[in-house]
Amino acid sequence: MNGPFEDVVRVHGGTVLRVCRSVLAGHDAQDAWSETFLAALRAWPGLPADVNVEAWLVTVARRKAIDELRRRTRHAVPVEEPGALDGVPLLGGVAGPGERDLDLWQAVRALPDKQRRVVVLHHLGGLPYAEVARLVGGTDAAARRAGADGVAALRRTYGAQEEER
Amino acid sequence: MSTLPHGQVGAVRGTVDDADDARLLASLHTRLVARAQDEGLLDVAYRVVDSPVGRVLVAAGDAGVLRVAFEVQGHEAALDDLAARVSPRVLEGGARLDPVLRQLDEYFAGSRTSFDVPVDLRLTRGLRRDVVEALPRIAYGSTASYAQVAAAVGRPAAVRAVGTACALNPVPVLVPCHRVVRSDGSTGRYAGGDEAKRTLLELERAALVLDAPEA
Repeated sequence: MNGPFEDVVRVHGGTVLRVCRSVLAGHDAQDAWSETFLAALRAWPGLPADVNVEAWLVTVARRKAIDELRRRTRHAVPVEEPGALDGVPLLGGVAGPGERDLDLWQAVRALPDKQRRVVVLHHLGGLPYAEVARLVGGTDAAARRAGADGVAALRRTYGAQEEER
Repeated sequence: MSTLPHGQVGAVRGTVDDADDARLLASLHTRLVARAQDEGLLDVAYRVVDSPVGRVLVAAGDAGVLRVAFEVQGHEAALDDLAARVSPRVLEGGARLDPVLRQLDEYFAGSRTSFDVPVDLRLTRGLRRDVVEALPRIAYGSTASYAQVAAAVGRPAAVRAVGTACALNPVPVLVPCHRVVRSDGSTGRYAGGDEAKRTLLELERAALVLDAPEA
């Protein structure tokens, strides 16, 4: 591409913000916006002239937003094992762990390993239980049970924290 | 709460959101320019400022000011040219332009007689570049003829070429092509418009008179 990058930011800035917000909330969405346009600026001179710029940016934005979501998720809840999430992004219109939810994330982190992974993949990642079972091992029913147990445990621990305030 | 049709409620809320988003996008843009600068990706930074000769676009690369363009020359065209000939990594804003914009302000206010910022002349070459490099020798408030400049660069017959070089000077004002006039004393043409040329020459004369020690 040999047009000024400034035009790209002006024309597509709003679209990219909407894409980032569909995956992340607040400052996390803003960080993903910045990462998207920085990556796009880096790639811009080498981008073939016939590329659909908006479609390209949306792809970059989704990838950056999911990276950001994974980073946040990994930071708070180390669920990923090598290959565990291959090709299955933690997609969904769910807010990432914002500052207000730190206690919830601590509570999630305290769950037993399998419950924690199932809760994150199903309730935050938006994956159906069949898919979750494939990733964490075991049957659909077992994943469903672990998920229910995890949420019940969260109700006890997180709910108790909330009541103490 | 059913007095307003849904569409209208949505439209009102949409307007507020749009204004918030516009502010957010502006601050994200500022942050992007700063990060691009930090990561060495801001190949061309530009700003557009008001001046006594209309809105002026100033663009700079890492090595110095690349372009000064008057509104009549077309800012879009200037940016397209920079993107094609320098780099398409062009963004508006950035602290890089602060020194040159401050000095331009002082110049237009009559309190600065020369510029002390790095200039990158990569957009001009050959005889045109020789001419551009010779122009700062014409002192503030004075003028030289096209023929005198041609002689100064060792090409006394190339008077017309000097005219072209002045017209295509990538950094007018900073490099004072406005001080090159016709041998008959008339001001001649200018890339920023003949009126802009007269304005600049008049500004410099007036500043010199104000500045001259009283006899």
